Amino acid sequence: MPENSAGTLATPAKPAREKPGGTLYRGREGMWSWVLHRITGVAIFFFLLVHILDTALVRVSPEAYNAVIGTYQTPIMGLGEVALVGAIVFHAFNGLRIILVDFWSWATRNQKVLFYIVVALWIITMLAFTPRHLINVFSH
Amino acid sequence: MTDTIEAPRSPARPARKRGTNWEKWGWIYMRASGVVLIVLIFGHLFMNLLVGDGVSAIDFGFVAGKWADPFWQWWDVLMLWLALIHGTNGMRTIVNDYTNPGAVQKVLKGALFAAAAVLIVLGTLVVFTFDPCPPVAADAADLLPSFCSA
Repeated sequence: MPENSAGTLATPAKPAREKPGGTLYRGREGMWSWVLHRITGVAIFFFLLVHILDTALVRVSPEAYNAVIGTYQTPIMGLGEVALVGAIVFHAFNGLRIILVDFWSWATRNQKVLFYIVVALWIITMLAFTPRHLINVFSH
Repeated sequence: MTDTIEAPRSPARPARKRGTNWEKWGWIYMRASGVVLIVLIFGHLFMNLLVGDGVSAIDFGFVAGKWADPFWQWWDVLMLWLALIHGTNGMRTIVNDYTNPGAVQKVLKGALFAAAAVLIVLGTLVVFTFDPCPPVAADAADLLPSFCSA
């Protein structure tokens, strides 16, 4: 923070450590859903770039495609796929929450409740997906 | 120095008065494509990760079996276009948020546009020029889907 230069008559006495506004879109569920939406979005984007390239190998040869897709079937990548699906599922459900908040005034007022509904649906979906996927990864 | 923070929805610059309001259509696109992508991607994940042996069953024969059906070709191409444009537009928003107008911002947006354009063309060509039964060495014939030998 720049220091106020001494002796400027117009400079008001500034309250120490005053944070901007308590009514701004800051902190709590609204901000954290935004942060998570952004982080998951970037992660999915970079996976998508790689995923298009690896799938394009089907046009090179069956051997080339199988060699690369085989790396998706290792235990470490299997765990990574849980993280990827987790990111996609959160981004999907929170995206629906954003649409509701944008178009429906009830949802705008109750965006915090909707965030916890998103979290609950995410947990349920991941509880359904993760065991099944890990069995596929670790039993072959 | 006072902290002046604009209202969250205040635009960086006024909307264009003439012609297409691209930011508005981008905003609409994110929501419309997002809803469709939930169906397409959840269906993709279900078919590829949950049905049968999931990820461990994916190989050339699996992909060839899917893309022998125009339904899955169009499913995947639609997913490719919608997801890549959705993701690239989201990255553009992030670039706008964290960089100032100037050379760096132009380079970043140019890279995003180039990556999206190249991958959309590549992916579309791959899906529609795909040969499920390519010529392979005799010892690699078992990599092909079963209908190739029929």
